[in-house]
Amino acid sequence: MPMHIGEKEFSSRVNKGLEDDFMRGAVRSAQGRLQTNRAKAADELGDWEEWRYLGQEIRQHTMENLDFYLKQLSEKVAERGGHVYFAETAEDANNYVKQVINKKNAKKVAKSKSMVTEEIALNDALEEQGCEVVETDLGEYILQIDDHDPPSHIVAPALHKNKEQIRDVFKDKLGYTNTEKPEELTLFAREQLRKEFLAADVGITGCNFAVAESGSFALVTNEGNARMVSTLPKTQITVMGMERIVPTWEELDVMVSLLTRAAVGQKLTSYVTALTGPKDETEVDGPEEFHLVIVDNGRSKILGTEFQEALHCIRCAACINVCPVYRHVGGHAYGSIYPGPIGAVLTPLLGGYEDYKELPYASSLCGACTEVCPVKIPLHEQLILHRKKIVEDEKKSGFGENVAMSGFGIMAGSSRLFNTATRMAPYLVTPYAKDNAISKGPGPVKPWTDIRDLPVPQKERFRDWFKSRKTGG
Amino acid sequence: MQKGTIQNSDIFLDNIAKSLGRERKETVIRPTWHHQPQWDVLANYTQNQLVDVLEAQCKSIHTDLIRTCKENLNETLLKVIKNFHGKTVMTSDDSRFEMFGLKDHFNEYKQREDIDVHTWDKTDGDTSIRVAERADVGITFSDITLAESGTVVLFSDEGKGRSVSLLPATYIALIPQSTLVPRMSQATKEIHRQVENRERVSSCVNFISGPSNSADIEMNLVVGVHGPIKATYIVIEDQ
Ligand code: SF4
Repeated sequence: MPMHIGEKEFSSRVNKGLEDDFMRGAVRSAQGRLQTNRAKAADELGDWEEWRYLGQEIRQHTMENLDFYLKQLSEKVAERGGHVYFAETAEDANNYVKQVINKKNAKKVAKSKSMVTEEIALNDALEEQGCEVVETDLGEYILQIDDHDPPSHIVAPALHKNKEQIRDVFKDKLGYTNTEKPEELTLFAREQLRKEFLAADVGITGCNFAVAESGSFALVTNEGNARMVSTLPKTQITVMGMERIVPTWEELDVMVSLLTRAAVGQKLTSYVTALTGPKDETEVDGPEEFHLVIVDNGRSKILGTEFQEALHCIRCAACINVCPVYRHVGGHAYGSIYPGPIGAVLTPLLGGYEDYKELPYASSLCGACTEVCPVKIPLHEQLILHRKKIVEDEKKSGFGENVAMSGFGIMAGSSRLFNTATRMAPYLVTPYAKDNAISKGPGPVKPWTDIRDLPVPQKERFRDWFKSRKTGG
Repeated sequence: MQKGTIQNSDIFLDNIAKSLGRERKETVIRPTWHHQPQWDVLANYTQNQLVDVLEAQCKSIHTDLIRTCKENLNETLLKVIKNFHGKTVMTSDDSRFEMFGLKDHFNEYKQREDIDVHTWDKTDGDTSIRVAERADVGITFSDITLAESGTVVLFSDEGKGRSVSLLPATYIALIPQSTLVPRMSQATKEIHRQVENRERVSSCVNFISGPSNSADIEMNLVVGVHGPIKATYIVIEDQ
């Protein structure tokens, strides 16, 4: 599955999302739960703000010196007998992995969850050459069995499916005969996947954070599938986005602590597994051969620009879990494997404005995302920057302002989405509303009003939203 | 071990330097971070207080915690194994099983309770993995224990296979009280020290906090996915 998912037209994806009541209910309750957990974990820590500053400082320093740390990482991996391949494009990365798999004559690959391999469409590339790829994260497994339904959330990929749907998928595809109880469904998946782990020739993992000083990398999971994938197959391939790195183990601690709290409200997940090279010669389990593929795929073009901070992202999904727009349209509407606020910032950077210029408008600019981001990425400011650039670019290319507004037009054209996106706005703009039209607003609303006068959103919306948010409903 | 290969590094890294608007950097000094809240967590707690924190945290990670002393360790362990309906047990090959007087007792388990205790055998890897895979219980000692998150840290080596804490249906961690530290920061600091001293970092360092679980189906927490379905920690007074 490449980065792009679903129908091409943004508006039809949005409407599809708005019409899917189950999905919206599921998203609402999941968001509620995840938000509460995150807030609790942050509270317990006491000085969450201090932690966020530390996270931001570490990410900043690492990005500014990324060439140095990646070089160090690669040398340390090689010292421990691992092979490193730097891949400029998705194609380069896929070709390298294919080549390793061919050499091993591997027929079956067990994979643990990884966003970057989704981004480069690795599974498609491997399946093309007749290799079976088994996703082993429970959510990803469900989606794969269901004819490759795309993920809708970066931490909980099958969020949009209910247990009855999952039962039916297992029944139709795998002959499952039990009920829709999550325990029974999970036990069934455990049994199915155990066989796959034992039979796989190659294990493929993503990478939450690589550690430059020792050539190590950490996998943060709850299910234990990443441990299986890095324990049983004889060959292991790990694919990482080039920005997923920290200088030393001391920073690994900080980033993992921020990630698990922000993502799921846990102090640590059940498993944090830090691997260095292949297994030692005297050890019996673990891979005999290890390959690390470091992927650029458009990331270096973001470095050195005003969007550099988007590369600080640690994929915790906290911004997605608080986003009122995501809440209404769901993950698939973004048309990208990266949904929500971070998706709206990152997807146009990686995939270009051509296909994704509507995404920066899929936001109310309420700033909730920026407030929860554990590494303090100014998400809503980045969205404003995108909007400015889109307008400028299109002006330059001579299409005139009407075309320049087309992204916005699509938003305003879908009145339900428009209402959603402006949900937070009345609270911010009331003093500036004249005759039920907003002329110039302060702060986050300004870029909207710069574009044209907007109808004033209805007042009770913010309160409604806030109330349901507080009760986690 | 033979050195691995590195491909395409220069083009790739030059490109990064170019984007950053400068030449490649050959040295970088890691700064002293302005904020370091990690060292304040549970600072100045005594070992006993840390056990209390660990015990409280175990409640939220679906893990039973039992405190015992060296003298009662054997009986306590046997009780937990029976509680897990353990007939086949896999332990890591760790000198501490002998130090804590368990090794001798393992032979009696067979006669007394018909429980087979296997030890991870580096000379017969395939058998070890196969036995671990069908074992009811896996047992390891904790190398470092993190009170805040309820975590046992395991450093793999030839005797301490990755599978022992992963493949069996249930898991028991033996935690000498002296292995307790406040949080992950102390463990990673120790590993950082190893790296600085050019010591070899374990090929696999596992931070394990309770049994495996998933919330992928409608956000319902299900305990027991690919790793162990249940976990018990036994904390042993050793000071
Ligand atoms: S942008 Fe921030 S909050 Fe959103 S996923 Fe990335 S790190 Fe998490």
